[in-house]
Amino acid sequence: MPSEAALQRKGWAFVVPALLWTLAFFIIPFAVMVMYSLWQRAGTSLVKTWSFDNYASFFEKSHFVAGLINSLEITALVTVISIVLAYPLAWIIAERVSPRWQRMALILAILPFWTSYVVRSYAWLLVLSRNGYLNQTLINLGVIDTPLEIAATRVATVTGFVHFFVMLLTLTIYANLVQLSPNYRRAAADLGANGFQTFWHVILPLTIPGVMVGAFLTFVLCIGDYITPQILGGNNELVLPQIIMLQITRRADFPTAAALSIILMVVISIAYIACARWLKMERT
Amino acid sequence: MHRLRTIGVAGYLLLLYGFIFLPVVTLVLFSFQEGRFPIPPFNGPSLKWYQAVFSDNKLTSALFNSLMVALISSLVSCLLGFLAAYGFARYRLPGAAPIKAAITAPLTVSYLIIGFGLLVTFNMIGVSRSLLTVGIGHVVINTPLCFAIIYASMGDHQLNIERAARDLGANDWQVMLRVTAPMLLPSIIAAYFLSVTFSWDEFIIAFLLSRFDVTLPVEIWSLLRSGLNPKTNAVGSVVFLISVVIVLLLEFIIFRRGAPRDRKS
Repeated sequence: MPSEAALQRKGWAFVVPALLWTLAFFIIPFAVMVMYSLWQRAGTSLVKTWSFDNYASFFEKSHFVAGLINSLEITALVTVISIVLAYPLAWIIAERVSPRWQRMALILAILPFWTSYVVRSYAWLLVLSRNGYLNQTLINLGVIDTPLEIAATRVATVTGFVHFFVMLLTLTIYANLVQLSPNYRRAAADLGANGFQTFWHVILPLTIPGVMVGAFLTFVLCIGDYITPQILGGNNELVLPQIIMLQITRRADFPTAAALSIILMVVISIAYIACARWLKMERT
Repeated sequence: MHRLRTIGVAGYLLLLYGFIFLPVVTLVLFSFQEGRFPIPPFNGPSLKWYQAVFSDNKLTSALFNSLMVALISSLVSCLLGFLAAYGFARYRLPGAAPIKAAITAPLTVSYLIIGFGLLVTFNMIGVSRSLLTVGIGHVVINTPLCFAIIYASMGDHQLNIERAARDLGANDWQVMLRVTAPMLLPSIIAAYFLSVTFSWDEFIIAFLLSRFDVTLPVEIWSLLRSGLNPKTNAVGSVVFLISVVIVLLLEFIIFRRGAPRDRKS
């Protein structure tokens, strides 16, 4: 029998490649980014003295703060609307669609998930633009006379996001609903609960963990996304990732971009801590 | 009452599926547009924009680059993820929790931040941007995904089969390659193809870390500057078709093999 220590060494050997990769290309780059955030840019060169000026200037410059507020508002709106739309869809697929067709209904519901991210936003632009499908249809139906200006507004950004996250949340909530044992429902019915009471007092509370996991995913992916606001929202109300990208690509101001990235990460970490109790990874 | 509820359910389904499919249908429909603008009225069908896509060298080489980066980076991600999952599931490792957390950490960080971190690091040590650096970035985002999927499918029920193989004289590598890996094949393949679709679709890391040779999403991004254009519709439809084929293959080959899933009770 090999000794316990030898077995442990062998076990760690399997883990080391992934760990080294993470260290070299995730943890170290993160440390480098933190270092950059403490440096300053002067003209085209870097001043490598450590200070918190970049962080201080975040709170002094109103358009940076406005970007963070826009990000938070849009993300909150998207998360709530997506859950409200996706939950009934997931419930209908799990409860009302016959088991034979459930998988098909689910695949259909998330099929556009697999369009390219960039292309999906562009496709919404086709629908929402001044001469787009939506305006033409509404004018032909006589609902409106002049085209609605939806493209390049917050409404367009939220629509594009909600489309993506409704699909994602339908998937996570459905997975949660079908895992519930039918015994809960039977017990509730035996105790005299009607359909709505069973849902409200039994099913809904039991699916809250799944909803929270989905909400957290939505939050993280939405608040860090650059493409959807850039293509659909345009340059009217910048969100934080757009401001970060401006610092990187237009101004080549890496220190400011780094400080803004860290601030974005802090916001995400706060959300993570708030949801931590629902996010435990489990092995079946 | 019952009838009313059925109508409500059907109406909701129609509304939501309509919302979900609206952009995709518009995208694909107007890729067959005859005229120069992908806006109503539809005056096709015409295949000329597909012709334009496939005769555009920049787009076809970007397509090829994307496929290469996706296929190779996913292979690396799957390998790293599988090895780590095997180590954690089969050996008792004290202090494993923080290491597991470190390996899965990239899942909770925005791609923008991962890409930017790599950009400043490569900049600092003088590594120039290329498809290789894009691939490195994609391995960073996909390894935790592969690890999580494969680790979740490693149950203790497979442990006895591995023990049996060991009793029959197989060494560690034989057990891992000829017993464990085949048993986990469905989840390994699922992890691989999921990584492929994620990498092949990824924009921001590819945008920040590529320079002369770019991947397809980056090339499409530069197409967008010319505004609404049926050529963009055509290339978008091609990308969609490829992804859907991968997903449906996965669905029918891997997940349909067993008996239809029934509910746990």
